[in-house]
Amino acid sequence: MAAPFELTDDSVVVIIGTGAGGGVLANELAQKGVSVVSLEAGGRYLPEDYVNDEWESFGQLAWTDPRTTSGDWRVARDFSGLPAWIVKAVGGTTTHWAGASLRFQEHEWKAATTYGPVQGANLLDWPIDAAEMDPWYEKAEAKLGVTRTGGREGLPGNNNYKVFEAGARALGYTEVHTGRMAINSAEYDGRTFCHQTGFCFQGCKWGAKWSSAYTDIPRGEATGNLEVRERCHAARILHDDSGKVTGVEYFDADGNLQMQAARVVCVAGNSFESPRLLLNSASAMFPDGLANSSGQVGRNYMRHMTGSVYATFDKPVRMWRGTTMAGIISDEARHDPSRGFVGGYELETLALGIPFMAAFLDPGAWGREFTSALDAYENMAGMWIVGEDMPQETNRVTLNHDVKDQHGLPVANVHFSDHPNDIAMRNHAYKQGTAVYEAVGATRTFPTPPYPSTHNLGTNRMSENPRDGVVNRWGRAHDVPNLFVSDGSQFTTGAAENPTLTIVALAIRQADHIAREMSAQNL
Amino acid sequence: MTPTADVRGMTRRQLLSRATAAGASFVVGAGFVAAPDAAWAYETTHIKPEAFATLVQMARDIYPHDRIPDENYVIAVKGYDTPEMAPAIEAGIAALDAAAQGKGFASYLGTGWERDRVDILRGMEESGFFQMIRGGLVTGLYNQKAVWPIFGYEGESYSQGGYLERGFDDISWL
Ligand SMILES: Cc1cc2nc3c(=O)[nH]c(=O)nc-3n(C[C@H](O)[C@H](O)[C@H](O)COP(=O)(O)OP(=O)(O)OC[C@H]3O[C@@H](n4cnc5c(N)ncnc54)[C@H](O)[C@@H]3O)c2cc1C
Ligand code: SF4
Repeated sequence: MAAPFELTDDSVVVIIGTGAGGGVLANELAQKGVSVVSLEAGGRYLPEDYVNDEWESFGQLAWTDPRTTSGDWRVARDFSGLPAWIVKAVGGTTTHWAGASLRFQEHEWKAATTYGPVQGANLLDWPIDAAEMDPWYEKAEAKLGVTRTGGREGLPGNNNYKVFEAGARALGYTEVHTGRMAINSAEYDGRTFCHQTGFCFQGCKWGAKWSSAYTDIPRGEATGNLEVRERCHAARILHDDSGKVTGVEYFDADGNLQMQAARVVCVAGNSFESPRLLLNSASAMFPDGLANSSGQVGRNYMRHMTGSVYATFDKPVRMWRGTTMAGIISDEARHDPSRGFVGGYELETLALGIPFMAAFLDPGAWGREFTSALDAYENMAGMWIVGEDMPQETNRVTLNHDVKDQHGLPVANVHFSDHPNDIAMRNHAYKQGTAVYEAVGATRTFPTPPYPSTHNLGTNRMSENPRDGVVNRWGRAHDVPNLFVSDGSQFTTGAAENPTLTIVALAIRQADHIAREMSAQNL
Repeated sequence: MTPTADVRGMTRRQLLSRATAAGASFVVGAGFVAAPDAAWAYETTHIKPEAFATLVQMARDIYPHDRIPDENYVIAVKGYDTPEMAPAIEAGIAALDAAAQGKGFASYLGTGWERDRVDILRGMEESGFFQMIRGGLVTGLYNQKAVWPIFGYEGESYSQGGYLERGFDDISWL
């Protein structure tokens, strides 16, 4: 039967969320002839709807349903209701994302083995490795049109990149270029090339940057096998007496509770909402939440060790012109414990407009020390730090029963504190980032604290042994044979790289697995 | 109401003749807060003019940008001029004036140097009133498109074809 599907149709795969994980999975399954119903809490916005305005765009796309925070991270103080900056819309956070698309390094699939015991860290090896992921990465890079892979040209460097590159070279860094970006340097896959408008975080109005909103989703729909239900918020996953999931209860656009039957359910609501949904689906049979016999649902929350370094110069840079993040230094991404920490980090160019710079440069700061920095905005360059952070059992998403969302459901509380390894790595990165800019004559530098999380990982992690995690090597719940996790929450460890290419590669691989298991009648 | 609107129907002389000096930058009349040179004026509806003038000065002292005119600070805080907010604002400003008096000044606006006012503000930095005003300014001030050119920020660029042909890589001093 062609989409739309009946609520009672229990032959469909129900996918919750349409971002990097869910959106890709939906299209890949639809292309293979599998019937899919995607539930997406947000509305549909396309390039013509995006706005070149930071706060207006935030209002249009960001997830602003209530969440709460705890822990010693500064976000809990400065942005207590906004632990993450992620999107609620068809396409999920791939509308906001900057497009940096890096593979894990080989050793990062085996962090526990490579790094050895790290006190207070809940490190674990992934049950999969680089060789197994290689073909899936290749497919993901082709789908996203990643530059500097598959014969695709790199992007040209903008002003912010040129400052960054000159400083990097002066310091002796060698792995420096304009990045592997899911942004077209030439027309590709029916989408135009980057016009250097500089609002990559606000949705690319040219469609030059890959987003599932205007690639995978409409392509899946065109097959007739995919129905996307917008403004439909999944509330609870139901199961039968045998412990198999049978459907998903959701609030539709009018706030009415509906139930969609399902043969398979895939959760891809990003790393707060996915565990929240499993925890909110607790039942007599699964009293601690669905798929949670290990007690690991919601735990090991990782957000990458991040921070930024901005610097001002005596002459103009105009960093906001052009791509937001097309520039990388990878020399520090290696694992080299002689630096005083395990794992590594990348340095990537980053520019914010004046409205966001005022909010994020030094949250809570005021007076001339702060405003004189903004007065030099035109002469400012910026970079972002992204490194591997340590999974910790106590960094976790739990249900906050004291705060309810608009549907009356308990919201996610996000608890996070840095591990000492995270702090040592951040301090090293601040020092190196500062040195990059000082090498080209910075007059002042700003080691800027982490923003609300853009990368959210680990809260339903993948493990070989069901005792250690929530899902197996295919992203299937250890406890439930027809329930999958398809987003960044399945990450066992975070690696130093921006996560989305890996999320997409895992989703393509998972679609292949699900379709195969369905035709073999194992699902 | 835009801050400049009131000025138009009134000569500078009329404005000044109704006003009493309340501080370095402000002339306050019955219901009016205005710049001494009448570049702008704002007719308060709920907050007492003296308190409003103090609020505008406080806003500038929190985020001082010497090239941003008072008018933009007025726009940033005039959202508080409502029946709901006025009592809290007036109470907060009264506390500010009391703190100034504790340091030997007639009022917050009666101080001479910015550093004296910053000193007073540091003393109440943790208060809900200060945090509300500061937090509100982050968007209230910096999200005004009118101030962006002062920082050199160019804003929206899609309608102009992006920067591909307009200097995305025009840096010349490296
Ligand atoms: C500003 C910014 C820049 C970024 N830049 C990069 C980058 O350069 N490189 C990179 O690799 N990554 C980047 N990221 C991160 C990247 O966007 C995410 O890693 C990725 O989108 C996560 O995919 P996901 O499928 O886990 O979740 P998402 O893409 O967030 O999708 C989740 C979707 O699920 C929906 N949903 C949630 N709960 C429910 C529910 N109960 N019912 C129905 N729907 C629900 C949400 O509305 C959302 O649409 C960036 C993120 C941000 C915010
Ligand atoms: S800079 Fe390029 S990729 Fe970014 S929004 Fe503009 S056109 Fe799209």
